[in-house]
Amino acid sequence: MGAFTRHRSSRLVIANFSGFEADLLRSLASQIVELLRNEAAVPDDSRDPFEAMMDFSGPTSEPEDPVLQRLFPTAYTEDAEAASEFRRFTEGSLRDGKAAAACCIIDTLEEAGLPPELEEDGLMIDVELDEPSAETWMRSFTDIRLALATRLGVEEGDEEVWAALDDEDPRSQAHDIYEWVGWLQETLVEALTR
Amino acid sequence: MATVSAASPVEVDPTLTPDEITFLAKPWVTIVWNDPVNLMSYVSYVFQKYFGYPEPKAEKLMMEVHEDGKSVVSTGTREEMERDVQAMHEYGLWATMEKAT
Repeated sequence: MGAFTRHRSSRLVIANFSGFEADLLRSLASQIVELLRNEAAVPDDSRDPFEAMMDFSGPTSEPEDPVLQRLFPTAYTEDAEAASEFRRFTEGSLRDGKAAAACCIIDTLEEAGLPPELEEDGLMIDVELDEPSAETWMRSFTDIRLALATRLGVEEGDEEVWAALDDEDPRSQAHDIYEWVGWLQETLVEALTR
Repeated sequence: MATVSAASPVEVDPTLTPDEITFLAKPWVTIVWNDPVNLMSYVSYVFQKYFGYPEPKAEKLMMEVHEDGKSVVSTGTREEMERDVQAMHEYGLWATMEKAT
């Protein structure tokens, strides 16, 4: 359940989630929104204090949270000043875009019938996405996966490490969710490619 | 979807070869780096969708990222590359830019 497919005649990208799955996706998307809104955009205080105070257009220093560092990488690796400028002009709109994408997932699930508190057993949520919305979901799945992977410390070729963890280990459960969102994203890319 | 704007007009030195002229007109590059998270299918999709590359070219660049750790995915003016890097960050790809060498 949950795999995305492309509807033959309507061309919509569709998926069918259990209430539990839909609730889990909403919770992950909500955490992205919270994370993006929580950490304040800190001005670079190495500049002239007055200049720094008068300039609140956007952050110039790297975020402290490792997840945010990964979501907003430093664009110029060898030019700190250019990197700050780039960040000042882009990070605000990137944050807004990523928060809006995560909100799109939440809104779609709720419009499809996911109640604020999941109580009922056997609830099914049918999602139908036009192409732009499907792309928005696909991008937001990347943000969710980057966030989970950064928290977990996922590395290239480490599948055996995760497979060897005890099922009761919370990291194992979190990694299962990470893999599940990856699988969902894979089916979404495939549906969009058809 | 983004379109590639025309290169800004440059004074052309008549002694330059076409390759040198191209180099001078497009002195910046966007680099996408490998990460353990992004799916190969997704990275290829992004290269096709955003840059408008045909599938074989997108696949080739994606494999370079995967196997060599990085790939130059576009070349252009500094402003164009800033747009491309920002777009890659929107898609969650790890992109940086630098002067072409």
